Amino acid sequence: MSRAENLLEVKPDSLSQEAVVKVASRMGRRSFLKTTASASVGLCIAGFVPELLSAAARRAAATSSSFAPNAFVRIAPDDTVTVISGHSEMGQGIYTSLAMVLNEELEADWSNVRVVSAPVDPAYNHTIYGVQMTGGSSSTPSEWERLRKMGAMARIMLVQAAAQRWNVDPSGCRVANGVVIHAASGKKATYGSLTADAAQLKPPTDVKLKDPKQFTLVGKPKHRVDTKEKTNGTAQFGLDVSLPNMVHAVVARPPVFGGKVKSVDATEAKKIPGVLAIEQIPEGVAVVAKSFWSAKQAREKLNVSWDDGPNANLSTDQMLADFSKQSANPGIVAKKEGDAPSALKGAAKTITAEYDVPYLAHAMMEPLNCVVDLRSDSCELWTGTQFQTIDRMQAAKTVGLPPEKVKINTTLLGGGFGRRANPASDFIIEAVNVAKVAKAPVKVVWTREDDLAGGWYRPMWHDRFSAGLDAQGNPVAWTHTIVGQSILDGTLFESFGIKNGVDSASVEGAADILYGIPNLQVDLHSPKIGVPVQWWRSVGHSHTGFSVEGFFDEMAHAGKKDPYQLRRTLLAKQPRMLALLDLVAQKGNWGKPLPAGHGRGIATHFSFDTYVAQVIEASVEKNGNVRVHRVVCAVDCGRVINPDIVKAQMEGGIIFGLTAALKTEITLKSGRVQQHNFHDYPMLRIFETPEIEVHIMPSEENPTGVGEPSVPPVAPALTNAIFAATGKRIRRLPIRASELAESSEVKS
Amino acid sequence: MTSFALNGKPVEVDVDPATPLLWVLRDSLGLTGTKFGCGMALCGACTVHLDGKAIRSCVAPVSRVEGKHVTTIEGLSPDSSHPLQRAWMEIDVPQCGYCQSGQIMSAAVLLREIPKPTDKDIDEAMGGNICRCGTYPRIRRAIHRAAEMTTEKSKS
Repeated sequence: MSRAENLLEVKPDSLSQEAVVKVASRMGRRSFLKTTASASVGLCIAGFVPELLSAAARRAAATSSSFAPNAFVRIAPDDTVTVISGHSEMGQGIYTSLAMVLNEELEADWSNVRVVSAPVDPAYNHTIYGVQMTGGSSSTPSEWERLRKMGAMARIMLVQAAAQRWNVDPSGCRVANGVVIHAASGKKATYGSLTADAAQLKPPTDVKLKDPKQFTLVGKPKHRVDTKEKTNGTAQFGLDVSLPNMVHAVVARPPVFGGKVKSVDATEAKKIPGVLAIEQIPEGVAVVAKSFWSAKQAREKLNVSWDDGPNANLSTDQMLADFSKQSANPGIVAKKEGDAPSALKGAAKTITAEYDVPYLAHAMMEPLNCVVDLRSDSCELWTGTQFQTIDRMQAAKTVGLPPEKVKINTTLLGGGFGRRANPASDFIIEAVNVAKVAKAPVKVVWTREDDLAGGWYRPMWHDRFSAGLDAQGNPVAWTHTIVGQSILDGTLFESFGIKNGVDSASVEGAADILYGIPNLQVDLHSPKIGVPVQWWRSVGHSHTGFSVEGFFDEMAHAGKKDPYQLRRTLLAKQPRMLALLDLVAQKGNWGKPLPAGHGRGIATHFSFDTYVAQVIEASVEKNGNVRVHRVVCAVDCGRVINPDIVKAQMEGGIIFGLTAALKTEITLKSGRVQQHNFHDYPMLRIFETPEIEVHIMPSEENPTGVGEPSVPPVAPALTNAIFAATGKRIRRLPIRASELAESSEVKS
Repeated sequence: MTSFALNGKPVEVDVDPATPLLWVLRDSLGLTGTKFGCGMALCGACTVHLDGKAIRSCVAPVSRVEGKHVTTIEGLSPDSSHPLQRAWMEIDVPQCGYCQSGQIMSAAVLLREIPKPTDKDIDEAMGGNICRCGTYPRIRRAIHRAAEMTTEKSKS
């Protein structure tokens, strides 16, 4: 184990700094992965890092007869192969993809492969970020090489065990579908029959990985490993966990962020049958009862007087105006190429526009929850989390135990979208604080209302652009000023993720645009506002995708250029995106006739090392309601592990993006969140879902993420389509029917 | 005491009769396949059948099911072999999977009432079920596929 990981085991306080140093030092590896993408394609000799053979590997072995050569796989005498996933399954299909990657080298019978979640252990640390976590569309990139090595290691040992048993040279043996075969003698042995012998062998120190041309599993649309349990009600989510003598709790939280309890009158609440305890905790007031329903009813009868604190006057309407005003002044420069201000002055034509996006809640279908069994010398948690290392550290700190005394059982997640990777471990620490007063194993459940009003939103963002065009309509200058809260500010990651005042998450997708514009400047204002903010599926790209691609469209029209053709011109040095753009234009019938009143919009976006381009066809009804008819999406995510899962992630991300474009916003008035449940925070429904067509670009580059990259281009492709259909330019999300109704003024 | 038939078997529960059926199923009877999503009949994650009709169990007081038949996802088929479950597996509909019990229970009533539903029928029957992961295109395909399977079966 490395030094940081040792500290992780023993010292909760210094741990945070050490772990974070490691995270930060690895952040730069994103680009490393990208630039070395092709280097590891083909045959390679892989060395093992000793930490992969840690205590976790031994713990992974369920029985003495199981063969567990490393922390990631064990094989039982009945041929069952269990893959141990350090990445959480939240719908993105990672259990299936990772099992495919490992089994590509192991070559067990695929129908015998199952997947379980890993315990918290440094062995499962993300290979890029250095902590155990799921996020940043990075699970496949993290495991692509490691899990193939782990599978190969197991296979080599099984072959060696068979060769020893038969007294033959291992090189004369091959494997197929979980069976070792000695070609010369025709002898065969199943993996299961070799486990006891293989367990006695020393793991190899180097393995040779397959030439990708020999892949038999990677690239195939295998069925997901968890579909059956998700169609018969047996899948176990955090909310489904039940322990003997478990009690239930809800928490009354302050109605204004940062508020505190002044006084509590629980007289009426205590009259509800089943109530066990009503106690103040740092997060508010915990209501513990024999059932969730009793706890919820009691909370409604609770009379809490709150000190609203400094955020009692927060108003998103006011912020909208303030952000716009602030964007007129230059911020901290995040990117500078050439001299954009001078080029703007010298341009034949200039245009300026401002874009706005609101706070957004993640609204996973499974509301937040956490089961805690707190004992005097241990603490065990069951929850759907994306952030195991951080959560364990925070839980340990909260109860005053060393991290190794805290166990986290990661269940399936009923959606994550970033919310369950909370930088402050908010729902974990709160649940542990509830456990302190519950004095029994306790399940803390958030209601939908708790979830929507609970903060940790995608930040509200404002983007101001100017572009300069030459006499032929070619862009010569681009300036972009961003205003919005920093996500990393105030978190454990602050001093490492924010460089020279610039939070990279605020400017991603803006400071690194692929378009070749000669003079470019991006600057940033990061106002401090008392609303907790967090990464939300595609993070900063969720605003820059919309604003950059929307304004690009405006720039094309201002220069009398076709938006597709101008993108082609400016992507001349970006072959992967250019190829995608051409593919999506062709599949999306760009330039072909349309029914009256329909329009097409196009957008591209590069995020999480993955390229996506989309064409959307839409129309607007007289009352201003938008109808989305068709979405054509092209993606280049390097080598594809499972094309059906890639397709599902594109489909899902597009629908997620449509909800954000058309439906949702979190607003605050007098410091209070105005939304409550799905009636005022509505999701796209099946009858509003367009036809979606996904095209995957074949590639031999290393695989990149697919969980998030389909979200950013959706809103701009849609608003660009609306412009094409109506001549009205949407610069603020969500799209408002009132701005599009026939009686409203045409903006262009 | 409230008595009703749950997945074909008689059950009795001793809870406040105003308690929503959802929490009786999950917390008193241990059937966790039925999910909590909104508590206001807005998302459909808690859909079960009451005497063959789809209801939202999060707003149905348990007193309402006295003497009636309740079917949950666990009781839809003994071995996950309902045509909808088979179609769901064939098409790999679920992503996170949390809403899928409710989706399937809504679709089961649709298929019984309209064995060959049109897209419009699906829109109407499934409009009350939210999927945040965005599996709607696959839900639609799987319902059509299940309808095909049912027709194939009745022909043979």
